[in-house]
Amino acid sequence: MTTFDTHAAAPAAASSSGAGALGAFVVGIGSWATTTDHKKIGRLFAVTALLAGAAAAVIGAFLGFERISATGYSVLDLDSVVQLSSLYRVVLAFGVALPLMLGIAIAIVPLQIGSKAIAFGRLALFGFWMWLAGLIVCIYTIAANGGPGGGEAKMVDLFLVGVVITAAGALAATVSLVTTVLTNRAPGMSLSRVPVLSWASLTGGVSLLLTLPVVIGTAIYLYVDHHYGRLAFGGNKGVNDWLGWSMTQPQTYVFAAIGVGIVAEVATVASGRRHPLRAILLVGSGILTVAALAGATQIQHSLTWTNTSGSDKVKELIPFLIFNGLPVLGALVVLGGCALGLAQGKPRVLAPLVPAFLGLGMVLAGMVGHLVAQFGPAGLAGTVFEEGEFNYVVYGTVLMGIGAVSYWGPKLWGRSLPQSAVFGLGTLGFLGTVLSSLPLYVAGFADQPAGVVDGFSYGGPQELWNGLAAVGQALVAVTIVLFVLTAARAFRTGEPAGDDPWDAQTLEWSVSSPAPADNFASVPAVTSPEPLLDLKPAGSEK
Amino acid sequence: MTHALPAGPQPAPRRQLLVGTGVVSAAGALLIGGMLSIWLRFRAAAPLRESSDGLKQIKDWLPKDLKMAEVLTNVGLVTIGVACIMAQWAAYSSRRNDSRHTNMALGMTLLMGLALLNALVAVFPNMEIVLAEGAYQTMFYAITGTLIALVAAGMAFTLAALFKSSGGRAGNTDLMNAHALYWYFLAAAYTAVWFVVFVQK
Repeated sequence: MTTFDTHAAAPAAASSSGAGALGAFVVGIGSWATTTDHKKIGRLFAVTALLAGAAAAVIGAFLGFERISATGYSVLDLDSVVQLSSLYRVVLAFGVALPLMLGIAIAIVPLQIGSKAIAFGRLALFGFWMWLAGLIVCIYTIAANGGPGGGEAKMVDLFLVGVVITAAGALAATVSLVTTVLTNRAPGMSLSRVPVLSWASLTGGVSLLLTLPVVIGTAIYLYVDHHYGRLAFGGNKGVNDWLGWSMTQPQTYVFAAIGVGIVAEVATVASGRRHPLRAILLVGSGILTVAALAGATQIQHSLTWTNTSGSDKVKELIPFLIFNGLPVLGALVVLGGCALGLAQGKPRVLAPLVPAFLGLGMVLAGMVGHLVAQFGPAGLAGTVFEEGEFNYVVYGTVLMGIGAVSYWGPKLWGRSLPQSAVFGLGTLGFLGTVLSSLPLYVAGFADQPAGVVDGFSYGGPQELWNGLAAVGQALVAVTIVLFVLTAARAFRTGEPAGDDPWDAQTLEWSVSSPAPADNFASVPAVTSPEPLLDLKPAGSEK
Repeated sequence: MTHALPAGPQPAPRRQLLVGTGVVSAAGALLIGGMLSIWLRFRAAAPLRESSDGLKQIKDWLPKDLKMAEVLTNVGLVTIGVACIMAQWAAYSSRRNDSRHTNMALGMTLLMGLALLNALVAVFPNMEIVLAEGAYQTMFYAITGTLIALVAAGMAFTLAALFKSSGGRAGNTDLMNAHALYWYFLAAAYTAVWFVVFVQK
């Protein structure tokens, strides 16, 4: 067996250039801003998303603390609460969950499938800048009393423009990702041999292709209507009625879909062997993306079951089970498949598995919650239960993202994260997610209304539930900030990672760490779904 | 240690642009499909009113005295059909590395696109509907405006293909096939809008 060293020689070149520190900094910024290297584009998406996630969790904590005393406002006022609530939801959906998963996929998938580059690299980069510009416009307009329900008409218009730009940017990056998986696979890598993350990126990407254009089309209608006349869609109040679906369940499952591949990938490596039933992981991640159809139809498929005949109940039950039940089944299949793989192998403790696995569990908790909430007789419509679902799904997605950065970080940066820190932060993030969500489930059953922070009262320890939820939000914010700081430090000064630090199975671990700019010196040939295991000495597989 | 996998054979032609255009076309189909579904939802929810002869109840959806630009939109349908034939001619010529015919076909596609754009823009003054007067009007402008943007994107694609072709890359079949695919998508999108908005109203 021959080996080749493909380490980039960039640092040496930079130091010998003699350019001053400022010049090097400017050149560095310029190279990141104009790069077509998918690893850099993916990291731009992911790091921006994590920072936005920390900011959103801080907003969530503010809102949560404001809600503890439901008799008047202590720090914020009514307008601020409305704006911050909109900001929280928009940022978590379009600024955190969607770009975090998209960024990880863009950074890793071309390496996994043996491609030298991502398809349409400039389009992916253009997508990032468009997404970022759109997100900034959305944040600015909401802060300036625009956004859903905003009182400043021009800012509401601009917010809708921001939504179109954000979604179009994410769509451009998705086109690049999906085309890469479809056209850039290594020789011998049929779709049935594609690694699970790449498969989940394909199915999740297709789901985004199904839903993001609908978001854009709806926002165009809303903009034209709001700008001229406000006669069709209900003016500023209508923004939430018509676009709200894109920032709630089941659409958030589509954002989380790529995360399922992360968990399956890390769990398979942790099991130390080829997955005995790899196909069920592919099927499970595919089933989960049925949620895209629910999003595209823009209807909550609820089960009312009051004053309805038997046949009407069946007519309600079928779409309810398809759109709300199938995604749960998909997540369960993947979770069960991962557990089966671990049980049949000789599992090792891989720290990235902790946040990733717990994250999928949180997403599943949100999905099950949504299933319950859509059952009409439960009486959860319009309560904070829905906020609990949202937190579970989105923060679960963030945890899966943390797991992914910990796992693939060594390949992208060339250095390892301290495993104890990943383990600790994963656990802290899990605790924060549960605390930010579960008390809202309980408060939802007690009929605490959604979207308000005062003027409600119900029998029960409402201060306790809202206080716990606020603490949970703060813990999530702390987790994300600590993770970003730890990663920033470790990826600069941490221990150099080997080329294959996890004893992994897929192609990305066949190149040096950090991966070179053009990934592979020559396009590798693939004969199985676990090409790296084929190369390792017999017996290295447990 | 770096594990080195044996190098594979030279990958087959990837048709990356064709697949990418297919993906974009699918997204475009969802864009127009989503907008049409909202259009149909509004039309279905429109209140009933008595017809002018007083004999039946009809949906109060269309503005009074609406002049539907049937000739323009029907000509537009024929035009986009011709544009598709021209785009396919370009793909056919490209496979034969016939740059003269490829350039001519692309030029004709561009001309047809321009004619279609002209017809679509002419619909607005022809129908004399005022944007801010009602739900129908705003939605009409939004959906036809989106269609115009998609046609304009198609023309930009044709222009880029023409530049490449006249620059000596007429044999780039991936590009010409992708270009033809986008025009087929445009034809499908236009036909859907034509049927729902201009025929069924």
